[in-house]
Amino acid sequence: MIALVQSSVPLLAPDLGRQKLVAIALAVGMLLIVLELVRRRKLREEYSVLWVITAVALLVVALNRAVLVWLTDLIGAAVLNSTLFFGGLLFLMLLCLQFSIRLSRLTYRVRNLTRRIALLEEERNKQQDDSQ
Amino acid sequence: MGHLPGGRQSARRLRSFGAIDGSRSIARSVTERWPAEIGRTLVIMPAKDESATLPELLERLASVHPPSDTLVVDDGSNDATPVIARHAGCRVVSHAFNIGYGAALLTGYHYALRNDYSYIVQMDADGQHPPEAISNLLQPVFEDDADLVVGSRWLSPDTEPQGSLRRLAARGLAWMATLWTGQRITDPTSGFQAISPTALAHLCSDGFPEDYPDVDVLIGLHRSGIRLAEVPVTMAARANGSSMHAGLRVLYYFYRLAVCLLLLPVRRTSPYRSQRPRR
Repeated sequence: MIALVQSSVPLLAPDLGRQKLVAIALAVGMLLIVLELVRRRKLREEYSVLWVITAVALLVVALNRAVLVWLTDLIGAAVLNSTLFFGGLLFLMLLCLQFSIRLSRLTYRVRNLTRRIALLEEERNKQQDDSQ
Repeated sequence: MGHLPGGRQSARRLRSFGAIDGSRSIARSVTERWPAEIGRTLVIMPAKDESATLPELLERLASVHPPSDTLVVDDGSNDATPVIARHAGCRVVSHAFNIGYGAALLTGYHYALRNDYSYIVQMDADGQHPPEAISNLLQPVFEDDADLVVGSRWLSPDTEPQGSLRRLAARGLAWMATLWTGQRITDPTSGFQAISPTALAHLCSDGFPEDYPDVDVLIGLHRSGIRLAEVPVTMAARANGSSMHAGLRVLYYFYRLAVCLLLLPVRRTSPYRSQRPRR
């Protein structure tokens, strides 16, 4: 059954030129979107660092296949696609880690502020009661 | 004991930090020296853990400016910084935690607008900026020759020598600021500035960078029509503590500067917040 399905689906020959163009377009598009969000002040500069680094790395890899081959050899992968998936996973992990760190700090700060507001309100109420 | 509010307990706390000589009263009224017709001037001093330098600095400042018109923005200090400032007669606004030098400056700007101050002098609390130079800094603003005056250490021959790397970076930033503004700017990163009401309105309107406000702020103000000027100021070396540009943070600083300068001609107003202070 599987062989029947496999035989009915034509295998496409990889088009390296088109792959390169798509990769470059993706990298440039990602860079432009991030810069546009920073321009509109919807994305703070501190959160744009990882996105810009990834977009630039993708552009370098897209423009120069030898870099991808070298990276594949460096991480011990068998095929170039594995390196790309590995890079993508690494990027997502770093992004999640960055957000986890920020969230932890924000959680602490929100709770601290909540406590301070509560104490300030109590002091204000006490002053109002004393003045009456 | 001196004339410290809070009594002996307060003085004991301050002495335990080694921060104050309780036999002298720091707060002195100098309003008789200040020309009333010029308008109210607020000195803003962002500070974090500056208990070592603050007492002497506030005493020097009190000889040229009323403590009641000095605002110390305590940016999450873990020492006696706010206590020292309050005992010196200064206004103190304390952030719940450290949110950065630029954020502290913005707090000061909002305070100035809420309390109807016309002019502002901003200075560091680490002892680098001489309070005695405030009048030189304010003069071009009072005479309406400039809207924002920067105290430049590089224009003064007596400034404490800086490291070669720092000098190189400073020259690069100065060249960038000069290129963008079309006028010679030698010290765009100086935090020692005098600000007119016009410039203050621009600073509070939108997009003030709360992490590293310096070169891009000056260039943005210039593009908005704010007149810039520099005066020579002899600055001392930092007495203690570390620079906010130390370590790996300098990498983020240059990255952020590059992005901001790249986008400066096309930057939009922020959709998330209005920085106009509510009165």
